[in-house]
Amino acid sequence: MTRYAAPLDDMRFALYDVLDGERTLKQLPRGESLSRETIDAVLEEAARLSEQVLAPLNQSGDAEGCHFDKATASVTTPKGFKEANAQFVAGGWPGLTAPERYGGQDLPETVGALVKEMLDSANLSWGNYPLLSAGATEALLQHGEEWQREVFLKPIVAGRWTGTMCLTEPHCGTDLGLLKTRAEPAADGSYRVSGTKIFITGGEHDLSENIVHLVLARLPDAPTGTKGISMFVVPKFKVARDGTLGARNGVACGSIEHKMGIKASATCVMNFDAAEGYLVGQPNKGLTAMFTMMNAARLAVGIQGLGLIERAYQNSLAYARERLQMRALSGPKFPHQPADPIIVHPDVRRLLLTQKAIAEAGRVLVLHAALLGDTHLRSDDAAARERAEQELSFLIPICKGLLTELANECTYHAMQVLGGHGYIAEWGLEQFARDARITTIYEGTTQIQALDLLGRKVFQLQGAGLQVFLERIGAFCRQHADAAALAEFIGPLGKLAQQWGEITQRVGVAAAGNPEELGAAAVDYLFYSGYVTLAFCWARSVAAADAGARSGTFKQAKRATARFYFQRILPRTEAHAAMLRAGAASLMDLPEALFG
Amino acid sequence: MKILVGYKRVVDYNVRIQVKPDGSGVVSDGVKLSPNPFDEIALEEALRLREKGVASEVVVVGIGPTDLQAHLRNGLAMGANRAIHVATSDAVQPLTAARVLLKLVQKEQPGLVILGKQAIDDDCNQTGQMLAALWDRPQATFASKVEIGEDKARVTREVDAGLETLEVDLPAVITTDLRLNEPRFIKLPDIMKAKSKPIEILELASLGVEPGDHLKTLHYAPPPGRSKGVMVKDVAELVAALKSKGLV
Repeated sequence: MTRYAAPLDDMRFALYDVLDGERTLKQLPRGESLSRETIDAVLEEAARLSEQVLAPLNQSGDAEGCHFDKATASVTTPKGFKEANAQFVAGGWPGLTAPERYGGQDLPETVGALVKEMLDSANLSWGNYPLLSAGATEALLQHGEEWQREVFLKPIVAGRWTGTMCLTEPHCGTDLGLLKTRAEPAADGSYRVSGTKIFITGGEHDLSENIVHLVLARLPDAPTGTKGISMFVVPKFKVARDGTLGARNGVACGSIEHKMGIKASATCVMNFDAAEGYLVGQPNKGLTAMFTMMNAARLAVGIQGLGLIERAYQNSLAYARERLQMRALSGPKFPHQPADPIIVHPDVRRLLLTQKAIAEAGRVLVLHAALLGDTHLRSDDAAARERAEQELSFLIPICKGLLTELANECTYHAMQVLGGHGYIAEWGLEQFARDARITTIYEGTTQIQALDLLGRKVFQLQGAGLQVFLERIGAFCRQHADAAALAEFIGPLGKLAQQWGEITQRVGVAAAGNPEELGAAAVDYLFYSGYVTLAFCWARSVAAADAGARSGTFKQAKRATARFYFQRILPRTEAHAAMLRAGAASLMDLPEALFG
Repeated sequence: MKILVGYKRVVDYNVRIQVKPDGSGVVSDGVKLSPNPFDEIALEEALRLREKGVASEVVVVGIGPTDLQAHLRNGLAMGANRAIHVATSDAVQPLTAARVLLKLVQKEQPGLVILGKQAIDDDCNQTGQMLAALWDRPQATFASKVEIGEDKARVTREVDAGLETLEVDLPAVITTDLRLNEPRFIKLPDIMKAKSKPIEILELASLGVEPGDHLKTLHYAPPPGRSKGVMVKDVAELVAALKSKGLV
């Protein structure tokens, strides 16, 4: 049985002390009445739900998985999931960040991000169901007509229904321009949607009365490629305009996937056969509509990475403190015990500190992004909104790409701490590693994140977001230039920020001459950017801890962990810089035929 | 009927308590604080009685420093109608707490007072009994089942020999045991609604209660660590060793 205790204290530190989040949120429209007291109360109750209801179902859900019944085309979630979902719904959690007029609580996305981290730590598979509902909520909010929101959105916000996003088809994943699902107009103004979608999370399950699919499809006269894609809302059960449920619609689950991890999250093949649907947004603008939701969805997957790192860390730390094996190299540290706990060994400490350093800085990064998201969504100052959007769009591929890649590294380290006990199922660590694996794949692979960062956010948008972020780092470094206690962090950070700009320029010049240079540089550029970003998060954390009223041991722990990060993880930037300098040649020179 | 519920804030049950190096108390700086679990049960019982139509109003009471209000807000989010915060920066001992509760009982005239049987910080298990004596009303402690009838309460209590059932005249003091109920999860909309529920603030001094010093704390110390054991050859040596230590 794995343990989980929500890191509420570190969450509050990151939000209030490091990022001054309470002030930011209070200053935004609709935030006046939002107090720290309320946020804390929400977090505490979300922690209770995560720890007591969802976390205990993580291992059993993984062992059991979802069941598909071919005769009825129905999917059953693992034992306990239905009851846990009922509790989640009864608690009003599906409406956490949704607008009040549709029945939500209208809390900022920043609070939503913290709650999400807890749900994901507790039970990543389970967390995917509300995650997809949140995606559908956003699609309807941003692009739906009012009647669609009344009919489809309100029950999702109330938790009675759930949502899905149906994009992928058997022959197209990343390249949605190839998609074939058709939508034929019907006489009554609705559409008949036909086609096959795969990898649909929560496409079918037993958690809700109805399932609302947001489906990408082509109209009969649509142009080919990405400019001919429209979005439709297609419910599992037809719904009358007054909200009453009707007959089954022409959409059914064909099968579920058997996969490496997130086994309790139903991944479905969905067959649409002249299913009744309604156009959401403008014809042929479906992909553009999807893009407006991408920041939130990608941040959400970055948070999944963070959640896994936190849980893996807690469990490997507990083991390292309890497991007695061998003696410390410098002589026994616990002479009264038959052996020392393995936390005395330097490399076990490296495995643990790597997780700790990435979890805590990752939390600051996620919340920084979430606060930008709230500013972008809520501010009444157009310039502030635009600036926030630029910085956020730039940071999103870093959040998603880096935190999910590092979730794989960290869950690997956590397993290593437990040795053989990490490899067997009983202790639950191997599940974290398996669950982490999908996070670098779905919602845009690491490669796609890297291309988005370098190709789109940096070059296409002329580095606007990078500039904003570099200015932020520069301002921080200037502000603390005279603080001797921070010199060990400010110095390297300032140098790296400068080198970041230089590397960007160099890659830009190379890519202008040869487009392959962009693809060759992208992933190294993502990692380089990510490690510098986390270094910034750590420097801010130490400065905030020093300035705050926290205990001496708290400050000591932050400083020591920051030091570990700067000395033992940040040097990875040097390797990435070297590989960036090497360019595309060594990747492209080998003729395809000679790969063997 | 109105029900008054004592709602104390304590160091969370999951926290490993550490004694301050100078022995003056336990470390509470940066430590997670939570409602006393027995008090959560008391509040849950009161809320259930209100939901059954037996009670009409549930008032939670806390005694402590200004930041106690966030804690009382938690009681309001759970469902209490309103809260009373008796403000004091001093540590509150059971007799002081009982005297404060008596003043509030006189002010509020509840039909029932439900308290936790003890708080998990000092484990005193005294406040309920003291309040009943000061108020001169019946008490039923360690309740595992509560049924309210016409002017009377039937309370099943957990005692060493098993279960004992008492009937007490109302108003009375009931203190809760662990198995009385399982406190509910707080709903998100109720957290938001609690923001606008009233908290009445009364200075301890204004109630005419002196923060008493009835108990003197000499020193706090952690329990001694386990010392190393000794191996004995046989039963005879074991018996001899136990005898020499005066254990048999």
